[in-house]
Amino acid sequence: MFRRALGKTVGFVGYTIQYGCIAHCAFEYIGEFVSCTGPSMEPTITSNDIVFSERISRHLYRIEKGDIVIAKSPSDPKMNICKRVIGLEGDKVCTSSPSDVFTTHDYVPKGHVWLEGDNLRNSTDSRSYGPVPYALIRGRVCLKLWPLNNFGPLNESPNERIPRSS
Amino acid sequence: MAQQTRFGRKYLKAFVSGFFVAVPVTVTVLDRLAYVARVDGASMQPSLNPEGGHSSDVVLLNRWSVRNYRVQRGDVVSVVSPKNPQQKIIKRVIALEGDFIKTLGYKNRYVRVPDGHLWIEGDHHGHSFDSNSFGPVSRGLLHGRASHIIWPPNIEDKKELADFRVRRLQLMQAHLANVP
Repeated sequence: MFRRALGKTVGFVGYTIQYGCIAHCAFEYIGEFVSCTGPSMEPTITSNDIVFSERISRHLYRIEKGDIVIAKSPSDPKMNICKRVIGLEGDKVCTSSPSDVFTTHDYVPKGHVWLEGDNLRNSTDSRSYGPVPYALIRGRVCLKLWPLNNFGPLNESPNERIPRSS
Repeated sequence: MAQQTRFGRKYLKAFVSGFFVAVPVTVTVLDRLAYVARVDGASMQPSLNPEGGHSSDVVLLNRWSVRNYRVQRGDVVSVVSPKNPQQKIIKRVIALEGDFIKTLGYKNRYVRVPDGHLWIEGDHHGHSFDSNSFGPVSRGLLHGRASHIIWPPNIEDKKELADFRVRRLQLMQAHLANVP
């Protein structure tokens, strides 16, 4: 009687561990669902949208300029940020705001990326905290899931911030 | 003949189902619990790789203890290199966010470690690619905390860990600059 109950409990625990590990592998290496809050990516992603971010490009080091990525915040690793990649390592990016008289440029250091939100006026991004190490990137946003009337892949950047590669 | 096909199929089925159990569990354990890594280079001498050259120490990296990105001053940790995301580097945490630190060869002589960042240094000053070269590292880059030396297994294993703690106190006194 006890032995049967014990056997069933052990079986149950075993199945839970197995499915938990499969879930971890799926979320870590394939993709996850993310709910974005905040106005920094408008009009591409509005607040309280649900998007799907895939992890495969990040693990294969294939994040490209113009991709929207989810990354860990450099100042608080428990918070995530959703921004667009404006420059990869070695690219020249514009660090000044449009209201400055002189435009300053900088080069993105090795192993880092330059992130900016689409809503330039209302976004804290690399213009405040500098280039972000590549390893803080979690995944690339590829599909918008909610609201349903906007379902589908995401648009290109509405700003002219991505420098043409030279 | 039919018996052999049946056995073959049964074996294949057992193999595939075992594979689908073993691989996710192993991957999850390596990602969340513990990781074993070989230490290359001389940047952490004499704590790690004291002989250098041919023998490389193997350490156990505890990934569960950094799941909340909390480490203490003096811990030996592995972080993803900010200059090369495919490489992990093992260094010692010298200062946490908010500390003022006196640097060795960095562009600024005194640095206040920004929020959410750490200052890491190798024990072998001058032979170490650490925060003195690339500045403070973000806590999100933490990979694991080195808790034990697995190889070489010597009876002085406990002494090694105690050395970590003694070094922690020495380093705290040496590096934390008293700014009036």
